Amino acid sequence: MTYILKPRLHHPQLPTNSLGYTRRDYEGSVSTLCAGCGHDSISGAIIQACFELELPPHRVAKLSGIGCSSKTPDYFLGNSHGFNTVHGRMPSVLTGANLANRELIYLGVSGDGDSASIGLGQFAHAIRRGVNMLYIVENNGVYGLTKGQFSATSDKGSKSKRGVENHDSGIDMVSLALQMGATYVARSFSGDKAQLVPLIKAGLAHKGAAFIDCISPCVQFNNHNGSTKSFDYVREHNEAVNRLDVISHRDPIKVDYAPGQTVRVQQHDGSILSLHKLAELYNPNNRAQALGYLQARQARGQIVTGLLFVDPGAHDLHDSVGTVDTPLNQLTERELVPGQAALDRINAGFR
Amino acid sequence: MLQQTRAVSPDYFHKVVDCQWACPAHTPVPEYIRLIADGRYADAYMINWKSNVFPGILGRTCDRPCEPACRRGRVEDEPVAICRLKRVAADNKGDVSGQMPAPTTARNGKRIAMVGAGPASLAVARDLAPLGYEIVIYDAETASGGMIRSQIPRFRLPMEVIDEEVDFITRLGGIELRMGQRIDSLKGLIAEGYDAIFVGSGAPRGRELDIPGRQEAAANVHIGIDWLSSVSFGHVDRIGRRVIVLGGGNTAMDCCRTSRRLGGEDVKVIVRSGFEEMKASPWEKEDAMHEDIPILNMRVPKEFTHKDGKLTGVLFEVVEVQYDDKGRRRLVPSGAPDEHHECDDVLVAVGQENAFPWIERDLGITFDEWDVPKVDPVTMGCGLPGVFFGGDAAFGPKNIIWAVAHAHEAAISIHKYCQGEDLHQRPPPDFSLVSQKMGIHEWSYDNDISNDRRYRVPQRDKAEALKDVRLEVELGFNPTLGLGEAQRCLNCDVQTVFADKLCIECDACVDICPMDCITFTEVGEEDELRTRLNAPATNTTQDLYVSGVLPTARVMVKDEDVCLHCGLCAERCPTGAWDMQKSYVEMTQAGAACSSR
Ligand SMILES: Cc1cc2nc3c(=O)[nH]c(=O)nc-3n(C[C@H](O)[C@H](O)[C@H](O)COP(=O)(O)OP(=O)(O)OC[C@H]3O[C@@H](n4cnc5c(N)ncnc54)[C@H](O)[C@@H]3O)c2cc1C
Ligand SMILES: Cc1ncc(C[n+]2csc(CCOP(=O)(O)OP(=O)(O)O)c2C)c(N)n1
Ligand code: SF4
Ligand code: SF4
Ligand code: SF4
Ligand SMILES: [Mg+2]
Repeated sequence: MTYILKPRLHHPQLPTNSLGYTRRDYEGSVSTLCAGCGHDSISGAIIQACFELELPPHRVAKLSGIGCSSKTPDYFLGNSHGFNTVHGRMPSVLTGANLANRELIYLGVSGDGDSASIGLGQFAHAIRRGVNMLYIVENNGVYGLTKGQFSATSDKGSKSKRGVENHDSGIDMVSLALQMGATYVARSFSGDKAQLVPLIKAGLAHKGAAFIDCISPCVQFNNHNGSTKSFDYVREHNEAVNRLDVISHRDPIKVDYAPGQTVRVQQHDGSILSLHKLAELYNPNNRAQALGYLQARQARGQIVTGLLFVDPGAHDLHDSVGTVDTPLNQLTERELVPGQAALDRINAGFR
Repeated sequence: MLQQTRAVSPDYFHKVVDCQWACPAHTPVPEYIRLIADGRYADAYMINWKSNVFPGILGRTCDRPCEPACRRGRVEDEPVAICRLKRVAADNKGDVSGQMPAPTTARNGKRIAMVGAGPASLAVARDLAPLGYEIVIYDAETASGGMIRSQIPRFRLPMEVIDEEVDFITRLGGIELRMGQRIDSLKGLIAEGYDAIFVGSGAPRGRELDIPGRQEAAANVHIGIDWLSSVSFGHVDRIGRRVIVLGGGNTAMDCCRTSRRLGGEDVKVIVRSGFEEMKASPWEKEDAMHEDIPILNMRVPKEFTHKDGKLTGVLFEVVEVQYDDKGRRRLVPSGAPDEHHECDDVLVAVGQENAFPWIERDLGITFDEWDVPKVDPVTMGCGLPGVFFGGDAAFGPKNIIWAVAHAHEAAISIHKYCQGEDLHQRPPPDFSLVSQKMGIHEWSYDNDISNDRRYRVPQRDKAEALKDVRLEVELGFNPTLGLGEAQRCLNCDVQTVFADKLCIECDACVDICPMDCITFTEVGEEDELRTRLNAPATNTTQDLYVSGVLPTARVMVKDEDVCLHCGLCAERCPTGAWDMQKSYVEMTQAGAACSSR
């Protein structure tokens, strides 16, 4: 951590977006994480993505659980809504908030311990219900906050800082999210903002359950030889399947890749995902293929990154439950207490 | 391909310290500003004294080329008030005699003559006296200090400040001032057998304005610099009620403000150029206007009008700016009728010139068409070995700090000349680079960035100030204001130093940097590289700091331009690849260290 506040001064040519905000306006308070923590880079990427999407900060709700990763919402979007839940319970609080006010943009930030250990069940259900959110797991393979115990995403055979080997199988959050029906699934690396920022932007714009597994080295407890979540290991084994450009309605569409190599996907909000293929055969619109590809690559020791699956026509929890368009928290007594006649009609429907 | 920045290159790091790089005498500015913040005024004074010889004088009058260069001016509206902070050191230093070099008694047997007792000669004497030289300074005036005393008005620079700083020099021993002695022949001076001669005679002649009526109105048309020195020496203490000052430089500004104090009620400055193009500094114009002196521009004087042998006013042609097809700016008649401005006195301040009637033209010294001698800008020597120039005498009228800078070089040359050394072998500056890390988040400097805006220097009430030509207008920063202003300094000498070998490319520095200075990217040609950094690096006067190739085949590129030297990159770096290291650049002056042997 640092003792001084980040100076208010900024680059004289720092651009502003259409809301008149600079990127600096999307920052939060000064990070208290260890110097060099991957989580801080992810915060930086979230700040950049929200600035580029021109999101009004007060329309964003950021929710998290417990852990170093879950502390990070304090370090970005200082003017957004925030909720820090108990350990592993962020998904249900987020689900509840989303049901109560469907108009906010929901960003869940969690760790591998928070989501794959204590919160695994919560994670699975929020995804399978199709809650409209972007769920980011800042995955470092350890419980950073409690001093580096293996987490459930730690790979079998990887070694702790003290040299102890992990004998349990690691949970692959991406495969799990795919199986649970997530409609936008990506993996990225805190050390590659060029890849991560567009993935966050597209995930925020996605309607439905969007999930990003972001590998984020813990410099304090999991950045040594023998770790499979260290900067060096991830850089050596990273296999990006594609590069993403997010084109919002305002931007002119420019084609900078050879035709045939680029896949265009229009999202619900009108934004276009322009995917530059790196792996020739990879198709991000096929869930089963994605799962197979992941398994095959994983077996070869590769870490597949990029946009792995997207269903642009996805529905969300509100669609399935059939809630009204007005956020529930804005309904007045008139709509909520419709009177005896209406009740009789409903009861008659059950006879 | 852009080369990796050499790890320890004194010039690279010196250039990062914009103010010191811009100061002709390369004063270690941030070092003295930190000492002021620390309340160590005497130490701050001595750093200045070593570099620029006249901290109290310069703290009130310097042209301050450091300020437009100051990095603070690029990250917010205004630079650090470097000049007026110097005055804080001078005003609060107390007794510094203990820190001054002890008077020398041992003589080295060499005798040096100096023509003129202005800042140039005095600074050469300051550098040479401690080495045992016997120095004789000749000046036609009755008091030493040159134009510092004769031209710069007392309401900007009090007598005591000049006396004190001249005394610091004359007390060094071996210096004899021969006041009231004009040198009429360089040949004659050479014949007296000095080992070397320094010419610091200034640019003493005020330019004439030969337009109709000049002769007839002569009694009330005065040459600005001559008039100012008459005021300084007490020969003139009145001027008419209505005064017109012709010219737009510092002399004009001093003339008009002096007039306001000697009975001038309706004082105007009238210039031929546009207001923006005037030679006077913005703050000088501000000060004049603050004293109710209007500045009328785009008016070319045509004629001094007079009646019965007495000046009645000045006739002006009104001009306007026109651009020719090559885009060049010209002043052309506007077609508007000529304007007549009535007045009782005119002060002509349209320029200053060199004059060397006393230097024979057959000695080997060449002069150009404006009577400026041909002087080597490195050694300050001329066509005649053993004769050196400095100050306004060398390259035409400049200012005090340039006179001092010339003097240091001339002193080195004189010393080398007397030791029989090669004048062109110039001594490199003394350089050190030391880590400022004290603990995990602790630095030996205050890295918290102040958000304060530039402080205004308190001034004496206008009505009171205008009553007495000898009453100093500026009151100077008190220690509290001085501290506030000192905290605005960004400590540019505390350098961000990068160790390639330690970097794990975690991006922590990139994320924390408030100014987006740092980028990890593929190496390329500088011009192209500048376009793809995290923030566009459009200020090409500022260097890019480039690392060696890192494990991901990228390089670290830091644009020095707007770095706050806040040290956050180093605080957030998990491996210590970034460190904050203080560079100290001290110019080598005449003495043992400058010897090439
Ligand atoms: C009105 C005015 C205001 C100024 N204000 C500022 C200011 O605010 N800040 C700033 O930095 N600069 C200012 N300057 C410029 C500054 O004063 C000069 O650049 C500086 O004094 C030059 O120093 P010098 O030692 O070269 O010469 P000078 O200061 O000119 O000294 C030369 C000395 O040589 C003597 N001399 C000349 N010829 C002979 C001879 N043949 N024999 C014997 N003695 C001789 C003269 O009497 C004089 O004393 C100002 C100048 C003027 C005219
Ligand atoms: C109910 C409960 N059980 C256990 C803990 C202790 N605990 C705090 S953080 C944490 C693990 C966090 O790991 P992760 O989510 O991976 O976050 P990281 O610090 O690695 O970013 C644990 C087990 C707790 N705070 N609450
Ligand atoms: S312990 Fe690990 S995860 Fe937590 S802040 Fe430090 S580096 Fe980051
Ligand atoms: S901020 Fe301080 S060190 Fe930097 S240029 Fe300005 S005065 Fe000099
Ligand atoms: S010191 Fe480091 S963090 Fe601070 S502005 Fe300079 S490069 Fe950026
Ligand atoms: Mg973790």
